Amino acid sequence: MTGPTEDTRSLVFERQMPHSAEKIWRALTQSWLIEEWLMKNDFIAEVGHRFTVRVKPLPGWSGITNCEVVIVEPPRLLAYRWGDGTESDSGLTTLVTWTLTPRNGGTLLRMEQSGFRPRDELGFKRMGGKWPQWIERLGRVAGGVE
Amino acid sequence: MRSSADILFAALADPTRRAIFERLSREGERSVHALTDHSGVSQPAVSKHLAVLKRAGLVNGRRAGRETYYRVRVEGLAPLIDWMGFYGAFWPERLDALEDLLGRMDG
Repeated sequence: MTGPTEDTRSLVFERQMPHSAEKIWRALTQSWLIEEWLMKNDFIAEVGHRFTVRVKPLPGWSGITNCEVVIVEPPRLLAYRWGDGTESDSGLTTLVTWTLTPRNGGTLLRMEQSGFRPRDELGFKRMGGKWPQWIERLGRVAGGVE
Repeated sequence: MRSSADILFAALADPTRRAIFERLSREGERSVHALTDHSGVSQPAVSKHLAVLKRAGLVNGRRAGRETYYRVRVEGLAPLIDWMGFYGAFWPERLDALEDLLGRMDG
């Protein structure tokens, strides 16, 4: 849970795309299309719907993320919780928000993942940039986690 | 209170402990004696390092007779996952895939 006293950070990516908002909306909300570009999922565009997405496991994380649909306003705004904090010892509780804005005959697509707590990023900053590779190597050597 | 990540960093900040941990990662379960041999560190010192790694959740120990055997707990590394780094690399890749998909879709 994010409280007013907790300082959180966001990742933001924006792309101008030569496609209509309606078309992008389909790719963002139809489960079989989501699987093509994002991950395996059981997404349904209904507020309150709980779903999971899945990537390759990392050491200490199964690769499964628990999500819940929060906002569905076709074809402009879509938001879902990304992580409920139970996935690993350092589980995330972030919010992924997609905003589609018609512009220059196409659509400006904005993705924001908000709610990273300081401890979510504390890792490698303190010890320098080598840690990700080191962890990945160790995970591989130790046989990974199922 | 120290967070689990703080305890982990403290445990892994020491090069000798990191070497022990890496060796256990590479070789699987090892006894304290086996870890002491050729390490240039005394057995009590190795035991002490292992105790720190164990407190940090990075290794598990089991007693068998007069020996204690240690192995790595890979899941103990979980607090070190840098989520912003992970997703910072993840989303641009996924957005490339989305653009590729949109290019292949009708209408």
